[in-house]
Amino acid sequence: MNDTLWSLLKIVIVLGGVMFIAPGLIMVERWLLALWQDRWGPNRVGPVGLLQLPADMVKLFFKEDWTPPFADRAVFTAAPAIVLMAALLSFAVVPVAPGLHVVDMNIALLFFLAMSSMAVYSIALGGWASNSKYPLLGSLRAVGQMVSYEVFMGLSLMGVVVQAGSFSLVDIVEAQKGLWFCIPQFVGLVVFLIAGLAETRRLPFDLPEGENELVAGFHSEYSGMKFAVFFVGEYVGITLISALVVTLFFGGWMGPGLPPVLWFLGKMMVLIVLFILVRGSLPRLRYDQLMGLGWKVMFPLSLANLLITGAIVLARGG
Amino acid sequence: MLSILRSLLLVFKHAFHRRATVSYPDRIRKYPARWRGRIILSRDPDGCERCVACYLCAAACPVGCIALQATQDEHGRRYPEFFRINFSRCIFCGLCEEACPTYAIQLTPDAEMSEYDRQNMVYEKENLLIDGQGKYHGYNFYRVAGVAIEGKDKGQSENERPPVDVNGLMP
Repeated sequence: MNDTLWSLLKIVIVLGGVMFIAPGLIMVERWLLALWQDRWGPNRVGPVGLLQLPADMVKLFFKEDWTPPFADRAVFTAAPAIVLMAALLSFAVVPVAPGLHVVDMNIALLFFLAMSSMAVYSIALGGWASNSKYPLLGSLRAVGQMVSYEVFMGLSLMGVVVQAGSFSLVDIVEAQKGLWFCIPQFVGLVVFLIAGLAETRRLPFDLPEGENELVAGFHSEYSGMKFAVFFVGEYVGITLISALVVTLFFGGWMGPGLPPVLWFLGKMMVLIVLFILVRGSLPRLRYDQLMGLGWKVMFPLSLANLLITGAIVLARGG
Repeated sequence: MLSILRSLLLVFKHAFHRRATVSYPDRIRKYPARWRGRIILSRDPDGCERCVACYLCAAACPVGCIALQATQDEHGRRYPEFFRINFSRCIFCGLCEEACPTYAIQLTPDAEMSEYDRQNMVYEKENLLIDGQGKYHGYNFYRVAGVAIEGKDKGQSENERPPVDVNGLMP
């Protein structure tokens, strides 16, 4: 009984934390982009603009929940739910601190990869069910992009798995006691970061949305809360990728002095800021450049990384 | 690859730059003196209206936002019976000020003229007329122009010779 209660509490803590951080990121992103563009950003509503987010949320709540008459109603409604569900489910396996994780699977990493692949469905279905041309073009791009970046996203993590000898995220963090994997697995880290950017459809890789060519890409037809769910889903995705980079490459909760939760959150925030910085400084790739980067550079790089890591681990007799 | 890192660094360094945005209602920038803002009608040094209702401003106005009606007072001075500027049409081009022969109509450094009701954007003469001389001091049209008014005949203006008798034969 007590165990069940503790598990439930952990679910509430982790998921509640994520659902608190992800919308907060919207504000953080707006402030940081403003800072880097020598602007002020939102600072009118409430003290230093803190109430801007609640105001936006209230506005979205009261917007008409419009489904276009030409859309496929059931799929159109389900699509935004899938993206948020997939991202939130992945958080179940992320260990925030020793003992503070919803579930410690022995295939946690595979579970994460599976769930992040699920997000493709959401975007593909959302664009398809909208039954109009720009969303369809956006979702076509999204599928092409995410399927090809998924390949080496998984491969780039295999180096970590080989070194840690386990798919469990808790074991992977424990394996980084001596040396964080960001040093021996530097190539893997870079490849995973880029794949993560593509996976969350963030700016250098935001072709599925591409405001200046596709209106808003796959979610052009969405409004009100359905749009908000897509929007928050993207930020949950960023939080997830940052949390995973911290777990896999930067020693998770480990660090001297401060409590483990703070270490984890602090490292995660640094990575999120990096994500926003990348958005603020890099232009969008062309589609053939995107595919070229994926298949001609990142894919061979991650394969070579895996081969070399495997060879070294074998040579050491591990 | 290096250029990507360089642009990341460049953008990050902007965190320590001064912000270009002026937080408007908290800090109001001083407009330059020649700013083309709210239009006013000025008075001459004697405190009379400068406007002689010549209609040049209304003719110059590209959007036709100026309406006026000329009339004369008991001294023979022309003045506008009404003078109306519709600021919801005005584009603040300043052509009326250029056209004005008497420095009467002037644009001022003031841009805060928002209204909740569109009708309030139409300014009448009592809203436009100010007590001072505006940007051009010491100018009085009737003192320098060869127009006869009560108390000043033709040829009595500053720098004006007496009128030539066109019927006379003497040089």
